[in-house]
Amino acid sequence: MPVLVYTENSEGKFKKSTFETVSYARAIADQNNTTLTAISIGEVNPADLAALGKFGAEKVLTVSNEKLKNFVNQAYAAVIAEAAKKVNADIVVLSNSFSGRGLAPRIGVKLEAGVADGGVSLPDQSGGKFIVKKTAFSGKAFANVELTSPNKVISLSPNSYKIVEKAVNAAVEDFSPDVKATDLTTIIKEIVRSTDKVSLPDADIVVSGGRGLKGPENWGMIEELADLLGAALACSKPVSDSGWRPHSEHVGQTGIAVSPNLYIAIGISGAIQHLAGVSSSKVIVVINKDADAPFFKVADYGIVGDAFDIVPKLISAIKEYKASA
Amino acid sequence: MKILVCISNVPDTTTKITFSENNTQFNTAGVQFILNPYDEIALARAIELTDGGNGSVTAINVGESSTEPTIRKALAIGATDAVRINAKAHDAWFVAYQIAQYVKTNPFDLILTGRESIDYNGSKVAAMIGELLAIPSVSIIKKLELEGTNVTVEREIEGGKEILTMPLPIVAGTAEGVADPKIPNMRGIMSARTKPLIVMDPVEVKTNSEVISYETPAPRGQVTLVPPDDVAKLVGLLHDEAKVI
Repeated sequence: MPVLVYTENSEGKFKKSTFETVSYARAIADQNNTTLTAISIGEVNPADLAALGKFGAEKVLTVSNEKLKNFVNQAYAAVIAEAAKKVNADIVVLSNSFSGRGLAPRIGVKLEAGVADGGVSLPDQSGGKFIVKKTAFSGKAFANVELTSPNKVISLSPNSYKIVEKAVNAAVEDFSPDVKATDLTTIIKEIVRSTDKVSLPDADIVVSGGRGLKGPENWGMIEELADLLGAALACSKPVSDSGWRPHSEHVGQTGIAVSPNLYIAIGISGAIQHLAGVSSSKVIVVINKDADAPFFKVADYGIVGDAFDIVPKLISAIKEYKASA
Repeated sequence: MKILVCISNVPDTTTKITFSENNTQFNTAGVQFILNPYDEIALARAIELTDGGNGSVTAINVGESSTEPTIRKALAIGATDAVRINAKAHDAWFVAYQIAQYVKTNPFDLILTGRESIDYNGSKVAAMIGELLAIPSVSIIKKLELEGTNVTVEREIEGGKEILTMPLPIVAGTAEGVADPKIPNMRGIMSARTKPLIVMDPVEVKTNSEVISYETPAPRGQVTLVPPDDVAKLVGLLHDEAKVI
């Protein structure tokens, strides 16, 4: 039976994680020889909707209802569940983004579906089963979770499935389900965006600082390095606990788990709780003056040296590399 | 103000995670279990909001009798009373269903959970309870303020935040920033022994997921050390070998 993918947008634009999610959903549809329908809620440019065909969506349902302009998980979950019923989808795919985490469980309850949150690879459907691999124990392990219900919801972990282009013609259709007033009691008072910053969960490159940087006044060079690389900023728990950096930058077991292509850890010793949050990073670089810091044991590249000496050198080396590239 | 705080019993954050029986069981030998750190934040905020006799805080856990030390910890920190649904926490759906059933007969103004438990990291229980009770849910909040019969929360989004207002009751999953965890004092520890802890049987419900097996992340190769006086070499390696810049 068909697959439905929810294509999340941010201020009317699809994000990288949206295309990852569509590519992933397309691959699941191919596993089952079935069709893929996308559902978009809110105002998105028609050309961008049709462009979802590039990643394999054969049909795009678009919901443009003034009441659904802003994200309210209760109402959006109702709309997505309605869409699933409309296209007879028994598999619903979405991103395990902040909004996705509020949606997937509600869709699961509505469709009486098992929910696999934070999937990291395609489901294993051998032997008539449906098993999704997800991170567990805050990045210290993976769990293979079988969804035993006929309907299934999967939220895909950002940066864990590559965008695949598989061009088909996408038919864009208006979809206007009834929206209950009782699902819309949440009022969005304010949306604050720090648009100049790269968002941490989606980032390809993350530059992270620890206690070795000695104080918040020394973050200038960390920010400069991140800007140069187009990277998001992160930090260790002691740094956010001390108020040097906001909690939203705290990466680790009790903070955010990230899976970028490149994680650069500066002045972070590598406590087990921090390592849990970065273990899915593809390449890890560690800069620390203590050669015995545990972080070096899980690093791909390392420099034993003082951050105040190495980071400025690294900044100029990257500038030179960029100038020559 | 009646607040329900949903708590989980999870392995301590310093635990080295290993598996037994052909990677099908989490190896609990020698593992210390704690109150889930995000639930501690929920509990701390609930206690702040009911400070000075302005209501009560009930801690609820779905778990077998082995979770009682964690429930007593919640009572020691300051919960008024506690409920344990006597069943293995099979999955998020099972837990959410049990709690929602309890709330249907014992209504609360506010239901808090941690943003996720640090064992399965699902972030699912809050939103599932919300859906089962047909009330608003916010899965990851950084701030929570009460204003009469409304609640204002700050929700994290990629690259920013949203400020939302909604009428009580709601369910919310708390993250860092909502409150600082509280450490129980001696009086709290003493009184926790005599505070009510009601044990209830679970209601029957069909589960819809099953953990089949576990894997540990593939070990990384040996680290390539770059001399501190040749930082340009690192940039070269990241470009030519790792192909990440």
